[in-house]
Amino acid sequence: MNPDFLYAFAGGLLIGAAVWILFAFSGKYAGISGILGQLLSPPIPLWAVLFAVGLPLGGLLYRLITGGAPDAVITTPLPLLVVAGLLVGAGTRIGNGCTSGHGICGLGRFSKRSLVATCTFMAMGMITVFLRGRWL
Amino acid sequence: MKKFISPAAGALLSGIVFGIGLSLSGMTNPAKVIGFLDIFGNWDPSLAFVMGGALIPAVVGFNVKRRNGRLAWACEAPSAGVTKSLVIGAAVFGIGWGLAGFCPGPAVVRLVFWDTRVLVFVAAMLAGMAGARWGMKSATGEG
Repeated sequence: MNPDFLYAFAGGLLIGAAVWILFAFSGKYAGISGILGQLLSPPIPLWAVLFAVGLPLGGLLYRLITGGAPDAVITTPLPLLVVAGLLVGAGTRIGNGCTSGHGICGLGRFSKRSLVATCTFMAMGMITVFLRGRWL
Repeated sequence: MKKFISPAAGALLSGIVFGIGLSLSGMTNPAKVIGFLDIFGNWDPSLAFVMGGALIPAVVGFNVKRRNGRLAWACEAPSAGVTKSLVIGAAVFGIGWGLAGFCPGPAVVRLVFWDTRVLVFVAAMLAGMAGARWGMKSATGEG
């Protein structure tokens, strides 16, 4: 079997464990766009800062553990990254969540809103990739 | 459980474990994310297992509660309804996700390696968040 499936599943279990940790010890939902949004509007809660600092620390630890394999190169042109970033930022605030908030925390709580949001962003992502392959 | 790890330490630990999980899963590789979304092309379905794996601890963590000293299934599904802004926002997010292959978490995880393209994406994302917040406030007459 392709090991990518195992990495994906093991990584997913860790992500789920992280969601559980934040809920059990801090009483919060690990919706990352929501947490980043909180960093933009004072008063900024300490737990949100610590969670957001933990994410890149986790990325650094992973690199140290795996012996320094470099990250995959990003080939998307800069102007497209700016447009994409603006859309991801605005969309996750307007829609009140991203892949983690709706796709894991919301679905994990059996939220109908999150199911609709997850299906919507998955479908739009697939359509966007399809169209970009044709036209851009 | 709240006794042996403080809420602040729990948040830091959660962020670290989340960051390791995203890195291991392949979600921090935009080309792989785009491959997952490319269902009409050269589809790479492996990232579906990220959500599958993540939902196992999440479902247990959210819905299994201690009652009278034993663990019991106690699901309280949120009852809030679907709104226009939920669907519009999710659609806008989906377009951005498909264009760059980045959702918020993996982009923040990669900040530690100080890659110009990641910095540009995260800066634009935060600007988009701030802009949406400002726009929504204006639309509802707040602030």
